[in-house]
Amino acid sequence: MAESDNIIVETAEKIFADLADPQTINHDKKDAWKAPLWQALSDAGLPLSWVPEDCGGSGADLADGFALLNAAGRFAVAVPLAETMLAGWLLAQAKISSPGGEMTVLPASPRDKITLNADGSLSGRARGVPFGKAAKHFAVLANGNGGVSIALVDAGQARIEAGLNVGYDNSDIVTLDKAQPITIKPAPKGFDQTRLMLMGGVARSLQIAGALESMLDISVRYSNERVAFEKKISKFQAVQHNLARLAGESAAALAAATSAADAIANTAAFNDEVFLEATAAKIRCAEAAEKGGAIAHQVHGAIGFTNEHILHRYSLRALAWRDDFGSESHWAVELGKLVANRGADELWPLVASR
Amino acid sequence: MTAALRFDPIRLPEKCEQLRKEVRAFLAEEIAAGTFDPHKPNREDTDVPEFSRKVGAKGWLGMTWPKKYGGQERSFLERYVVTEEMRVANAPTRRFFVADRQSGPVLLKYAPEHIKMDILPRICRGEICFAIGMSEPNSGSDLFAAKTRATKTDGGYLINGTKIWTSSAHIADYMIAIFRTSPPTKENRRHGLTQFLVKMKQPGIKVNPIGQITGQYEFNEVVFTDFFVPDDHVLGEVDGAWKQATSELAYERSGPERFLETYYVLTELVRAVGKNPDTRSAEGIGRLVAQVHTMRRMSVSVAGMLQAGKEPVVEASIVKDIGTVWEQQLPHRVRDLAAFVEETATNRETLERQLDFAIKTAPKLTIQGGTTEVLRGIIARGLGLR
Repeated sequence: MAESDNIIVETAEKIFADLADPQTINHDKKDAWKAPLWQALSDAGLPLSWVPEDCGGSGADLADGFALLNAAGRFAVAVPLAETMLAGWLLAQAKISSPGGEMTVLPASPRDKITLNADGSLSGRARGVPFGKAAKHFAVLANGNGGVSIALVDAGQARIEAGLNVGYDNSDIVTLDKAQPITIKPAPKGFDQTRLMLMGGVARSLQIAGALESMLDISVRYSNERVAFEKKISKFQAVQHNLARLAGESAAALAAATSAADAIANTAAFNDEVFLEATAAKIRCAEAAEKGGAIAHQVHGAIGFTNEHILHRYSLRALAWRDDFGSESHWAVELGKLVANRGADELWPLVASR
Repeated sequence: MTAALRFDPIRLPEKCEQLRKEVRAFLAEEIAAGTFDPHKPNREDTDVPEFSRKVGAKGWLGMTWPKKYGGQERSFLERYVVTEEMRVANAPTRRFFVADRQSGPVLLKYAPEHIKMDILPRICRGEICFAIGMSEPNSGSDLFAAKTRATKTDGGYLINGTKIWTSSAHIADYMIAIFRTSPPTKENRRHGLTQFLVKMKQPGIKVNPIGQITGQYEFNEVVFTDFFVPDDHVLGEVDGAWKQATSELAYERSGPERFLETYYVLTELVRAVGKNPDTRSAEGIGRLVAQVHTMRRMSVSVAGMLQAGKEPVVEASIVKDIGTVWEQQLPHRVRDLAAFVEETATNRETLERQLDFAIKTAPKLTIQGGTTEVLRGIIARGLGLR
């Protein structure tokens, strides 16, 4: 997916190249680059690309938004673009308009629940919330007696314990204690937390796939520059084979993630087939992040392990993204249960259905 | 970006799903009639000529070839569906699969018209079996080291030398083989090889079976002694076979047969764990299903590229590399999980029998059709490393 015929992706890639160059960011220790980048992304309407125009967004279709996330992964962008897109998408499910500014979603793990109290307030604890501290608003999925609701909550209503994920990005504990939502509406029929988690999981899959594309790219380039034992290391067969394996992991991640994105973008029903696509993407991309990241570091030698080199911007983030919206272990258990429940003779029909 | 690998999410068109139903119904009938047992991949009797003819009668051989040669002019994606359904059902495809996948397309491209008219319809009817003569003793994956000579004589060539690891040579009617017509040049060690159509079961050919560690006989050594091949059996350019051989490999390397060879153990594990698996089994099965789904999506994507007339050499090599490594590891992962299966699982014996066979099969999977090392070399070339 090196060059794109997609206008949204082209716009985003130009902004990323101008304002989120990994080398420049890596030298900037003060995060001063974040404000102009966010401003440019917002001016282009990208954070609200999944929000229909009548809900205050730019109304791009799902497929374009997924392609944008893949591009964001290629730049390992560390601003809450994916999170704001997801939040806007969640709010739009209940026809709630999105405000401007950074947003994120609650909960961000299938193991946490937010409850809608009888008095209309919200309570619960959400762990590992990406960019919780940076968010001005939360899009919340809550369970109450009447079923599933979707709410817009001002960040001032929440208690936040700041944390960092493996990639040094904010991953926070957000607690709502009888928080009053700005707006709350019932979720559409059939919409539940699993669907939100899998949408988040597919977003992360595309980002991981993008980060792996870049890791492959910079590893290949490095191997063609670095000389050891009087040869470019790219000429050593052992290095070539490692890079071929990295290409395989990158390709597998990209195939799994784009297939899941395509399934979600083009299927109205959230059936077993879409469940397979979405869980498989998260599982396989997380595995690829582990294997592919290790190879990229091996090819770079010790230099890739330093703060000065850009490799960690991709490798650590890809590893961190494995944890958001349900880890690969979590989804593997869920997928395994689904497969077992359908029975042995229904496994191949499920795999072959897509 | 240096690599720019693409695996677009190609979907099989609706008519493929209709076809899939027909293939499943046909296979179910054959299983019911006792033609083969889908739970027994380790059959001694994989050569089932009647089955080949029935598949041919269905129009599922040479599906993509022109109608005038007996083909159906259907899409590559439709052929894909037939291949994967046959593979998953453990159908006895050995007799026709090589001809359908590789030999037929080679003949279509390089054989003279009268040979096409003679042989291709017979392949489509499931009447004849092909073998591929590539490897030789001490060459194997190093195709360009082949030494078996084809010496020009009146009206044809005399063949002397030995091919090895030749699957199905003992039942094959024809072989498409590469022989040395000139020495390699200093500039090009690939030069000097020519592709020939060889009619088997003739004087001058001796086929010696080679037993495998699975207990099966599939490989052979094929010895040629002054064996005569007529001029019109030369396929393509004399001394130029290397160009021909490499362009076919995308077909051989990305199909469903490259990740489904040991798939049956996964189905049987799911059966053994039952409806309510423990967490460990559920996680193990979930990961394996995610992996096979991903590979299938990659494989279908490459099939879509082939259908679109592209030559996805690197992508196909990637699919074969990770696909065969996966199908090689699968029996071992299933064994890990099967350790916790209840003694009372009704299919326990079947699962154990399958695992025994799959574990013995596994070592060959990353060798046949180009070794992992050769494939990684091709991928590295695609990445611009060599």
